[in-house]
Amino acid sequence: MMEVVSPGAYATIQDLGRPGYAHLGVPRSGAADSRSAALANRLVGNPESAATVELTFGGAVFRFAAGAWVALTGAPCPARIRGRFIGMYAPQWIPEGGELQIGLPSSGLRTYLAVRGGIDVPPVLGSRSTDTLSGLGPPPLTPGTILPLGITNDPITTDYAPTHPIPQEPRIGVIRGPRDDWFTPQALIDLCAAPYEVTQDTNRVGARLSGHPLTRRHPGELPSEGMATGSIQVPPSGQPIIFLADHPPTGGYPVIGVIRSPDLPTVAQSRPGTHLHFHLLP
Amino acid sequence: MTTIRRAGDHALLIETGSLAASHRLDSFLRAHRFTTFDDIVPGPETVLVVSSRTPYARLHQQVTALLEEASLGYLEPSPTGPGSGAGVVSPQPVEVRVDYRGEDLAEVAELAGMSVEEVVSRHSGSEFLVGWLGFAPGFAYLVGLDPALHVPRLRVPRTSVPAGAVAIAGPYSAVYPAASPGGWRLLGRTDLRVWDVEAEPPSLLRPGMRVRMIPV
Repeated sequence: MMEVVSPGAYATIQDLGRPGYAHLGVPRSGAADSRSAALANRLVGNPESAATVELTFGGAVFRFAAGAWVALTGAPCPARIRGRFIGMYAPQWIPEGGELQIGLPSSGLRTYLAVRGGIDVPPVLGSRSTDTLSGLGPPPLTPGTILPLGITNDPITTDYAPTHPIPQEPRIGVIRGPRDDWFTPQALIDLCAAPYEVTQDTNRVGARLSGHPLTRRHPGELPSEGMATGSIQVPPSGQPIIFLADHPPTGGYPVIGVIRSPDLPTVAQSRPGTHLHFHLLP
Repeated sequence: MTTIRRAGDHALLIETGSLAASHRLDSFLRAHRFTTFDDIVPGPETVLVVSSRTPYARLHQQVTALLEEASLGYLEPSPTGPGSGAGVVSPQPVEVRVDYRGEDLAEVAELAGMSVEEVVSRHSGSEFLVGWLGFAPGFAYLVGLDPALHVPRLRVPRTSVPAGAVAIAGPYSAVYPAASPGGWRLLGRTDLRVWDVEAEPPSLLRPGMRVRMIPV
C-alpha cells in the first residue's frame, strides 16, 4: 500500500474510464491525458488499463509501506526519492518506507504516477476513475489517504521511454462538425485565425477558452444530443469549451468541431494561460 | 436517406428526426453493434455512436452497413419493435409511487392556474416515456408531461435536491437519482431507487421505457 502524505493542488485516481454507460448519463471519465497514463503503466509492467494517480500541478508526496516500482509521465516535474533526484519516463525503485516527493511541473498541467500492480481501489462500473462531474469512483486524494496496491506478474520490459515534450504554443487540429452549420461561415475562420487562451476556469470536465467569440447562424436551441470527448461546444457567449474526460455525455449547445484525437492529450496538458492555435483538418 | 454527421476521429452522429426513431435505432444498434463500439447515445433527434479504437472511415462503413440493414424498418414504428416498449425493455410501464407533498407543488398550481389536486391528477395521469438520460447518472428526461403543467424551471436553482425527488421543468418530468443541485420544480418524492451502481444495468430507467406516476 501507499500513503498520500500530500496530494498537491489536486489529485485523483484515473484509469482509462468507464465507457459503455453514456446512454445512462454516466461520463466516460478516465485519465485526461490517457496517452501519458498508459505509458506510465507500461513502464512498470502494468496493463494500460491499471489505475494511476493523476496529479494537477504536481507538488505531491507519497510514502510506500513496502518496496515498489513506480514511473512518472506527463507534465515534467522534479522528483526525489530519499532526497535523490530521479528521472521521469523510466521505472524507479522505491525502497520500503521510502517517500516519493514530486515538485511543481516546469510545463504542462497533469503528471501521472503509476505503481507496479496498479492502484487497487474498488472499481465502480468497471473503472477506478474519479469522475469529478458525477462523483462516481474514489474521492479526490487527501493527506492520509491509504491506497491499496495490486499485484502483476508481467515483467518490466522497458527501462526508458522517449519524453513527449509539451509544446508552449500548441497547434491543435480540428475536424469540423457535427454542428458547424449552426454557425456563420466566418466562425470556423475565426476559430483558426488567432489563438484562444485557456482560462482559469478549466478542469477535468472541460477546457474553457477565451478569444474571438464564435457567432451563430441560428439563434434557436439545439435539442440535447450525445457529445464526443474533444467536442468544441459553443454556449451563447460564443466562447468555446473543449470537452475533456469528465464531460457530460449529452449537451444542448452546438459543437462547431472536434479536436483531432492525437491532439487531445496536448489540450489536457494545457495549463491556464496557454494559447491554443487551431487549424482545420480537411 | 439518414444523415450521418462526423463527430471527430472516433464518433458520429446519426440524425433520426424524432425521439421515437432515435429509440428504434438505438435499440437496433444495441442489438447489432460491433463489439468495438464503446457507446451508443440516443437523443431527441439523434443517436451518437462512439468507437474510440476504430479509424473514422471504418466506423462510417460499419454504421452505414448497419443503417442499410435497419432500413428494413427502423424508421417505421412496429407494434413489437423498439420504441413501443418491447425489445430491450419491458413493455410494462415502470410504476413510480409518489408522495405528492413537494416544496413547489403550490407554486406550480398557481403558475398552471389550477388546484394542487389537479396538478397531482394531471401529473399522475401523464403517460411518460424515458426520452434520454443526461445531467447525472440515472437522470432520465421523461417526456409526455401534460402540456398544462409545462412551467419554467426555478430562476435560482436549489443547491441540493434530495434523491427520489419527483420534479418537472418545461415539457419534462424526472426523478432525481441522487442528491444534487437542481433547478426543477419539486412535486413530490418517491422511495423507488432509480440508480444503483451495484445493479446491472445501474439505471432503472432506460431510453424507450414507459413510466407511470402513482399517487400514494
